[in-house]
Amino acid sequence: MNGRPLLDWTWIVEHLDDMAFRTAQHLWLAGIAVAAGFVISFALALAIRRIPNLYGPITGIAGVLYTIPGLGLFAALVPITGLTTLTAVIPLTLYTLLIFVRNMVAGFEAVPRDVLEAADGMGFTPGRRLRAIELPLAIPLIVTALRLASVSTIGLVMIVSLIGDNFGGLGLFIKEGIQTFFPTKIYVGAVLSLVLAFLADAVFVGIERALTPWARARAQSVRGAA
Amino acid sequence: MSQSSERARGATVALEHVTKQYDTRARGTPGAVNDLSLEVPSGKICVLVGPSGCGKTTSLKMVNRLIEATSGRILLDGVDTATRDVTELRRGIGYVIQQVGLFPHQTIGENVAVVPQLLGWPASRRGERAEELLELVGLDPARYRDRYPSQLSGGERQRVGVARALAADPPVMLMDEPFGAVDPIVRDRLQNEFLRLQEELAKTILFVTHDIDEAIKMGDLVAVMKVGGYLAQFGPPSEILAAPADDFVARFVGADRGLKRLSLSRVGSLALRSTPTAQPGDDAAAARRTITNDLPYLLLIDADRRPVGWIDREDVPTSGVLTEDMSTPMSPLFNRRATLKDALSLLLDSDVQTGIVVDRRGAMLGIVTADMIAEEMRSGEHVVATDPFPAEEAPLGGPGFAPGLADEAAVEAVVEAGP
Repeated sequence: MNGRPLLDWTWIVEHLDDMAFRTAQHLWLAGIAVAAGFVISFALALAIRRIPNLYGPITGIAGVLYTIPGLGLFAALVPITGLTTLTAVIPLTLYTLLIFVRNMVAGFEAVPRDVLEAADGMGFTPGRRLRAIELPLAIPLIVTALRLASVSTIGLVMIVSLIGDNFGGLGLFIKEGIQTFFPTKIYVGAVLSLVLAFLADAVFVGIERALTPWARARAQSVRGAA
Repeated sequence: MSQSSERARGATVALEHVTKQYDTRARGTPGAVNDLSLEVPSGKICVLVGPSGCGKTTSLKMVNRLIEATSGRILLDGVDTATRDVTELRRGIGYVIQQVGLFPHQTIGENVAVVPQLLGWPASRRGERAEELLELVGLDPARYRDRYPSQLSGGERQRVGVARALAADPPVMLMDEPFGAVDPIVRDRLQNEFLRLQEELAKTILFVTHDIDEAIKMGDLVAVMKVGGYLAQFGPPSEILAAPADDFVARFVGADRGLKRLSLSRVGSLALRSTPTAQPGDDAAAARRTITNDLPYLLLIDADRRPVGWIDREDVPTSGVLTEDMSTPMSPLFNRRATLKDALSLLLDSDVQTGIVVDRRGAMLGIVTADMIAEEMRSGEHVVATDPFPAEEAPLGGPGFAPGLADEAAVEAVVEAGP
């Protein structure tokens, strides 16, 4: 449009430290939100496990929260919590609840009944059964939730930049790129967030593989039989 | 309480007027149990058998308190289970279920050592115990220890389930259709292996099945239960078959109960008949004179008394000596452990309905005929008389509880059939 190249390599090379900083900030925001969401949801899932009737109300509320438009929620919090990290983290955290609670509950429910009966019959205390049997067996679904939550949160952090320049992460590149008609910044922001999402996903896949050697054994034996 | 070895042997299990009521009969509600009293002597297998909804599984689960009884007491070696810490109680009772319930995320070795781990055994001792148990149930530890349950066949998993239940050497085992999820051939083998194991282990076992044949095969004592949780009959399998307490039991054991009883007795329990024998080289005329009208054949045996074959009376020469080529080997051979059912089946299939019973070295012990087995069957009918009002008399154990017969049945049931 104004003759500028789509990718200004000189700018990229000169702003590597900027990119590293904003990537780290992006990751930091997403990380806090996912971690907080994980902890809150875990407590909720344990409560549901004990009192199954809570499942409806809890997922209902989490579902309503999930439907609130992101920008609106950020804006609504600014008068209360100001332009702080908290303003960014609260909505991000709330958006993860639905994903986490549903998958964690599904994870507990996926533990075969006969396994639980055998554990009870052999004299596991409820706490020990949860730690040694139910949690390890719920890992695949819990990790699935972590992957979904982290990828969606990394995407959501992009819009945090719209409420302030101090903690926008990679979204700032895009905001600035649009404001100054500088495509390079837009591409840098988009590509880096994409890479971040892919990497986060890959890390969790790796963690799941490391934690669930038995699932791999099954896949191998199935392939072996075929 | 004989302590014949360091191993924990069985304990007496007694149910006294145990009742379990459920408020609702919603789907999935287990069967209720109504005033169930029975006593299983130490080291015996008691099979609870009946149609679905008869409360057999509920009864089993009340022993390790997975289900709490509404009223009544359950005593292990005289100690009321209700007074014991439930976790500690369960760790001291072996538990095997139909779907096995192995932990999918643990290796076979870890699965077998679950209870030892709960009991806080050190890792090295757990590992040794797991190997010992895998060996015991016929799985090579080197091959299986580090595999996961998903890599095993159904039959192998059932074996691991039994090994796991035995891990802490509990005096009492509860087995809920433990061989129900495998095909009939594998089931038969697992049953036989388990009976052989039990011969050494002498655990007190409560065993639930809906299959009357399995109950007869596995049980020293059989408790037949009716829908609603009523005990219809309790006694050794021979007694259940010979004298069903009522129409329900008679129908449940089936019209072929006479034949089923044959599977409880071994050829060795018959008074074997002798028959004239001769060896190759013997004088034919002398041998011919020993033949009776009863069985118009002469049995040729070798110097070690191993059967060679039969010679028809008409074919025995009047002079000269007997030779091997005069005889035809046409009888089935049995060892003493063959069940009467298997023996009868082979006899009906053979040319002469006479079988030769041989010992381990193949030497002849005597002969058995289809008539002898039929006779045995008829005489058994009178062994156990039916008590018209049994429930009122029996303090514990219900109708016709007879420890002496249980002992006999135990000895017979534990040996595997076949030559």
